[in-house]
Amino acid sequence: MELHAHHLHYREVNQWLRRCSQDGIHHVTLHGIRGQRYIGTGLNNSLRIHIHGTAGNDLGAFMNGGEIIVYGNAQDGVGNTMNAGRIIIHGHAGDVVAHSMRGGTIYVRDDVGYRAGIHMKAWGDNPPLVIIGGTARDFLGEYMAGGTLIVLGLHDPSAPLVGSYVGTGMHGGVIYLRGTIAPYQYGKEAGLQPLTPDDWEYLQRTLAPFCEEFGFDLEAVLDHTFCKLVPLSRRPYGRLYEGAVGAVSNHS
Amino acid sequence: MKNFLPSDFLVHIGPECILCGRCVRECSFGVLEQKEGRIIAHHARCVACQRCVVFCPRSAIAILPHPSTSRHNAYWTPEQRRALLRQAQTGAILLAGAGNDQPYLSIWDHLLLDASQVTNPSIDPLREPMELVTFIGRKPDHLEIVPDENGELRLATELPPQLKLDTPIIFGAMSLGAVNLRVHKILAEAARRAGTYFNCGEGGLHEELYPYGQNTIVQVASGRFGVHQRYLDAAAAIEIKIGQGAKPGIGGHLAGEKVTEEIARTRMIPPGTDAISPAPHHDIYSIEDLAQLIYALKEATNYSKPVGVKIAAVHHVAAIATGAARAGADFLTIDGFRGGTGAAPLVIRNHVGLPLEIALAAVDDRLREEGIRHQVSIIASGGIRSSADVIKAIALGADAVSICTAALIALGCTLCQACYTGRCAWGLTTQDPELIKRLDIDEGVERVQNLLRAWTLEIKEVMGALGINAIESLRGNRERLRSIGLDVHTQEVLGVRPAGM
Repeated sequence: MELHAHHLHYREVNQWLRRCSQDGIHHVTLHGIRGQRYIGTGLNNSLRIHIHGTAGNDLGAFMNGGEIIVYGNAQDGVGNTMNAGRIIIHGHAGDVVAHSMRGGTIYVRDDVGYRAGIHMKAWGDNPPLVIIGGTARDFLGEYMAGGTLIVLGLHDPSAPLVGSYVGTGMHGGVIYLRGTIAPYQYGKEAGLQPLTPDDWEYLQRTLAPFCEEFGFDLEAVLDHTFCKLVPLSRRPYGRLYEGAVGAVSNHS
Repeated sequence: MKNFLPSDFLVHIGPECILCGRCVRECSFGVLEQKEGRIIAHHARCVACQRCVVFCPRSAIAILPHPSTSRHNAYWTPEQRRALLRQAQTGAILLAGAGNDQPYLSIWDHLLLDASQVTNPSIDPLREPMELVTFIGRKPDHLEIVPDENGELRLATELPPQLKLDTPIIFGAMSLGAVNLRVHKILAEAARRAGTYFNCGEGGLHEELYPYGQNTIVQVASGRFGVHQRYLDAAAAIEIKIGQGAKPGIGGHLAGEKVTEEIARTRMIPPGTDAISPAPHHDIYSIEDLAQLIYALKEATNYSKPVGVKIAAVHHVAAIATGAARAGADFLTIDGFRGGTGAAPLVIRNHVGLPLEIALAAVDDRLREEGIRHQVSIIASGGIRSSADVIKAIALGADAVSICTAALIALGCTLCQACYTGRCAWGLTTQDPELIKRLDIDEGVERVQNLLRAWTLEIKEVMGALGINAIESLRGNRERLRSIGLDVHTQEVLGVRPAGM
């Protein structure tokens, strides 16, 4: 099924998508998307949505299955509080990609804005994975509580791979960066660790479908320095408060 | 480090004691010990939760303010010095449970209700119907009524989704984690029986409570804990939590120790990790961003249920409220500074925010001035203690109220303010399985249901005295309030005339 949506409000686009989904349709294509918000929000089944144009804010918010493929750029809030499914963006994405994402996969071929992967979590056997082919700005993985963030910087070697405040308040999950990061760029709750053979094996396995999707050479991607940021504690603020559970007790 | 803190309380064991040891078993703070044929009290650990007092079969125990005193100083109060010493010994932020306990003016207690005499006679609620049904949700700008093919008139306007409350009281947000599952079950069941709603708070909705979905308001807060499509689908309404009256402007940390398997499953995070609710939502930095989340939730639920916004009462609450209303909120929960909490930094709890009464009047005024009061319902929350407070809140402009601390008190809470220790002796704000057992679900439902019944009857009684037979006639009806002992400026903000005028 196809829909030419350049003149439609997001509500109409989503109503059409809901109808397609109810009718048991598995593949749909949206043409002429011009920043309509919320496309695929709450998507809950096996629907695969191809989007031509620029997807608006909150693409695939609360998404719970299915797949969205954007041939173009996406704006802010891609995969906001996403639970399952896959979003693939053949272009750039704006700020707050994967905010509070709990499961599923997001691929962004090019760059992302600020606060990507902020407060990502993990639950059950479907931990979230976000792979960014280009660069990311400040606050990447801030408050991160689970899942995996990978930033590759494949396009412009002169562009900074990440900004500052990476992993500030991080208390779960892992961030892999293809390149290096200076100590001033990451939060004091995160720490660098050398990659183990398991990490390399994981990267190889995880990056293979990403490279295949966008036509990158996996070997060339892996033939590079990587670094790994992990949380130093699962309880970064445990000693901030007096008398609370697990903190310094006044009642002993 | 040597502890310089004097004891707050003294546990007095009287000669009636029969050494049964019940008090020792009941105390969850390790105060009491049975040794060498007597009960020994470690006074410094006592939080005055009254558990031993209530359960002593001989009423032999009394908890007293510690009689030891220091030189009186009206400025350096014992509380000030105590807090300072605690910080000198720990270097940490001080926490407190429950709401603001400082002696700020309680405006409720300076408002008097009217009654009918002779003209506009009072109504006897025992004989005449009193309408308390309240609808929470956006109301249309106008109604279009058209005849159908048989000439019968019918409503042509599509009404936005509404919550129907049989009594204008709902149970406010307390997360699973702050309280335990039994508390949630009690509130959910009591809400179902009373034809009202319970708010599950920001820690997700436990699997066993999904059958109560139609009596549940689910919360979406900055941590987005437990928020997924099924959660949104299950609920009768969704509330975006921006702020909380007890701790405006800050987030919350549920300590990893409290994140048990059950809580982890409901919040959808790994057990044992801190559940951090950041101060702001990472995707909300403006009213436009708030609108975006409101409509994301409406899209996700296909415009089938009201989506509201909870904000703390702060200095510019009226401007924020009108912004939220214009952003598409179907209801606003205004949470005053007496509102409770499982844990808040003491400095925030005691010094930040506004009284609910002030905020409520300011918000209601502003929405009326802008002609958008009908677009949004107001739920008043934060320190509602009695049916009188409910009535005064509605007269100041609320559609309904929400209660939390009052419901907990009905279940045994003594406001000892030690919720954040996780050792609640009454089995309310603890995840310790042994302590949770102290809370009987059936009895709890009965207690809370009784409370709602009693308040509902009292509201009808007062409405009858006022000569009002539908609660909506009382809403924002400040003409039926008078102030006593309030300054002129406060009266102006409240829009209430002084008694005698």
